[in-house]
Amino acid sequence: MAGAPLWFSLLLAAAFAGRATALWPWPQYIQSSEQRYTIFPHSFQFQYHASSAAQVGCSVLDEAFQRYRDLLFGAVSFHFPHPVEKRHASQDSLVILVVSPGCDQFPSLESVENYTLTVNDEQCFLLSETVWGALRGLETFSQLVWRSPEGTFYINKTEIEDFPRFPHRGLLLDTSRHYLPLASILDTLDVMAYNKFNVFHWHLVDDSSFPYESFTFPDLTKKGSYNPATHIYTAQDVKEVIEYARLRGIRVLAEFDTPGHTQSWGPGIPGLLTPCYSGSHPSGTFGPVNPVLNNTYEFMSTFFLEISSVFPDFYLHLGGDEVDFTCWKSNPDIQAFMKKKGFGEEFKKLESFYIQTLLDIVSAYGKGYVVWQEVFDNKVKVRADTIIQVWREEIPVKYMKEMELVTSAGFRALLSAPWYLNHISYGPDWKQIYTVEPLAFEGSPEQKALVIGGEACMWGEYVDSTNLVPRLWPRAGAVAERLWSNKMVTDLEFAYKRLAHFRCELLRRGVQAQPLSVGYCDVEFEQT
Amino acid sequence: MRAESRRAAMEHRGLGRPRLCWLLALLAALALRPVRASASPSADLSLWPMPVSVQTTPRVLLLSPDSFFFGHSSASKAGPSCTLLQEAFRRYYDYIFGFYKWHHGSADLRVGMELQQLQVSVVLEPECHAFPSISSDESYTLLVKGPVASITANRVWGVLRGLETFSQLIYQDSYGTFTVNESNIVDSPRFPHRGILIDTSRHFLPLKSIFKTLDAMAFNKFNVLHWHIVDDQSFPYQSVTFPGLSKNGSYSSSHVYTPNDVRMVIEYARLRGIRILPEFDTPGHTQSWGKGQKDLLTPCYNRKEPSGTFGPINPAWNTTYSFLSKLFKEISTVFPDEFIHLGGDEVDFDCWESNPEIQDFMRNRGFGKNFKKLESFYMHMVLDMISAMNKRSIVWQEVFDDESQTSSVMDKTGNIIMKWTLLILRVLRNRKNLLLVEKLVYGESMWMQLTSLQDYGLGQVLLVRDSGVTKASKT
Repeated sequence: MAGAPLWFSLLLAAAFAGRATALWPWPQYIQSSEQRYTIFPHSFQFQYHASSAAQVGCSVLDEAFQRYRDLLFGAVSFHFPHPVEKRHASQDSLVILVVSPGCDQFPSLESVENYTLTVNDEQCFLLSETVWGALRGLETFSQLVWRSPEGTFYINKTEIEDFPRFPHRGLLLDTSRHYLPLASILDTLDVMAYNKFNVFHWHLVDDSSFPYESFTFPDLTKKGSYNPATHIYTAQDVKEVIEYARLRGIRVLAEFDTPGHTQSWGPGIPGLLTPCYSGSHPSGTFGPVNPVLNNTYEFMSTFFLEISSVFPDFYLHLGGDEVDFTCWKSNPDIQAFMKKKGFGEEFKKLESFYIQTLLDIVSAYGKGYVVWQEVFDNKVKVRADTIIQVWREEIPVKYMKEMELVTSAGFRALLSAPWYLNHISYGPDWKQIYTVEPLAFEGSPEQKALVIGGEACMWGEYVDSTNLVPRLWPRAGAVAERLWSNKMVTDLEFAYKRLAHFRCELLRRGVQAQPLSVGYCDVEFEQT
Repeated sequence: MRAESRRAAMEHRGLGRPRLCWLLALLAALALRPVRASASPSADLSLWPMPVSVQTTPRVLLLSPDSFFFGHSSASKAGPSCTLLQEAFRRYYDYIFGFYKWHHGSADLRVGMELQQLQVSVVLEPECHAFPSISSDESYTLLVKGPVASITANRVWGVLRGLETFSQLIYQDSYGTFTVNESNIVDSPRFPHRGILIDTSRHFLPLKSIFKTLDAMAFNKFNVLHWHIVDDQSFPYQSVTFPGLSKNGSYSSSHVYTPNDVRMVIEYARLRGIRILPEFDTPGHTQSWGKGQKDLLTPCYNRKEPSGTFGPINPAWNTTYSFLSKLFKEISTVFPDEFIHLGGDEVDFDCWESNPEIQDFMRNRGFGKNFKKLESFYMHMVLDMISAMNKRSIVWQEVFDDESQTSSVMDKTGNIIMKWTLLILRVLRNRKNLLLVEKLVYGESMWMQLTSLQDYGLGQVLLVRDSGVTKASKT
């Protein structure tokens, strides 16, 4: 990463962070000038370059062109420009050249999202390695176009070279504590794309409810959802989410958290959860998944076969967090098992035993996995390519120390601890979110390279479709920039100017994003 | 399967294999539990707020969207000419039965007494075309029995409250039939002023947001919308007398409330029994006023030179008071409520202190270096202005806090005030109660009553009605 040109571009941008360069997130390298070109909405088009590997028929980009036309110009009709009149100082199309073929694949952790965008007298050109990079470039392009008070569309002479700092930039939604209607999820994917987020971490089920419609175990949903008629995600719904995400270059990372956080699984699968004991009698309550029964692993085997086939991403999130040992301790079958295995009183070893078995099952289906940090903290034997998600702020150690420990042990890490967006407070907390530096720990460059990114989490205890959008945006944007932009982009004033502008743009795009501070947007949000 | 019933089911499983003594113990426990009048599970009382007294029975009545209607009793002092009630009938019909009409069949095969009508009876002069006030009577009784239920209230305001409660009693059974349990409700508010403050200066709120807020307020029986309409950041109130204020002080020309907008808000609120209490906060919190009104705010000084920035309203100029007089004259005409909130909070004295004209003024008046006296002087001028317009004022607590440190406390009734001030001070130290501060600016008769309440001890929350009926409640 060239240092000098970066500083120069930052300085330049800071000097006149006007409409022309109010970008979010900030690109790696940008040069912009006052010189501007008019854009005529009726005749502007997105075109494939003749040498582009992606051509008409590439659904990802064809759909994107439609979307961005609407976002930029609203629903205006398109007229082919007369070839005679070459309009002076105007741009009549954005030409896209994608180098590598591949339009029907799913995005992956290894996807290349680089792009360059060149707007000058000769051309208006977007070059990218893959369709995913082209999507990122289109979003940036849409943020470069601005309107004068008279209503004319302009774009300034610009040169951008851009790529993400981290490859895994995620957002977690919790659809168990509160059901989120499909529309809420799809809308969230839209706004994620505006922010260049590329992973949707779908925490589908938990203690509270089981809305995922399983076709191998329909009782899970029938007995575990809040309301099996209205509060479920059918197979069709899930397909829709996965494809909607794909078209935006977003991976869907599904999480089925076990052995804890599984109360809602109990009613549908009798015998799955551990019966807790009060003295020598079952107390009537249930604890985590029962790790000593063969049935448990038969079930998990079958269940995860379904999950592996439904979710195309290479990775599955298997949870593993907050396993409460008290119920296990009370159960005589488990006590006997512990003795037989020689685990003594160390229930972490039992947890370990369960997780290892589960991981083997999932590996056999050709999947990789992400787990919460407890799996690492409790020294479970995991495969070397496991990804550890760090979520605890101070236990067992401060999260930056945890990042150091995870990476020094050779595992890839995801940072979430300082980015729990469900924690709200009075005032501009986006600043604290923004100033987090994911690599602020002692370690070699190779070690730091193991940090593949992070995720903003919106847990659902107090969140549903009534307040999801304002609580997410624009605060999650602070995480988006931290994960995409250069490490040096940390100035809060520079960020505020752009994020405030971006928030108004979100309103214009119909997103009910909450204000950052006192002020106004030209077009305020009006509920329809 | 709903979470609650799952839990219940699990708890039931928890009994294991109950032995006889366990069963007996359980039965005994159940018998001892206080039995609510409403034993049927579907009549889960979900009333909000909880009325003063509610009695329900398990007997249900059914409502048919096709035939159920709201009407006026023949004895009622209000009738179909009362738009407020007619509008309420329409609204509550929609709230109850929903805005979607399904294709309906003819005969109803269900057995059960039908609730055909809710009759409204207003006992006294309804006040149908009046604006609600601090002394409005919001009491009502609601009798739900077949075939005709009734709401009886002294005024239309009570009817509105009763209609809301009635709407919350209705539920749909699992067949979708609209059902209500026989009930007898007597209700009235504990406090007459139940408000929500909105701030349309820091962020402009579109009219729709304000209307939605008023709707939700009515659902909750809130009855005052304290409209903090202008402040430092923006001045969205379009004044007819001083159009420059909003022209230069609003965020933009689309971030304003026109006179028509304001009228709509006031009427929308009135139809829901909600008072609009406007607040024009001075002398602080007025940066945006200075954009449209030259020579209003105090120019701050840096030693001997004006610094270019401005502070609170300048209390030393006569023009200040002639401006305020004209503005408040307009405000008192536009807003029909008896009360206007004058603000008076967070006045920063630094700018005043720096200004030579004000230094002179202070000297001439013998205020010394006590800027609280200057603040007091200003507030008195404005308070007098307001009472001359036959309006009453509400202020933030600083007006009281700072006032009580100076010797002249709205000196109108001499000794009595001093004693009464002491009483209020004592009570205030236990309860930082803005409501009490509001009472400060009531008329003389109020003050007399308060002094006679000196017998009440500490910790009393004084709730006094304008009609002369004193209600004092222990806190």
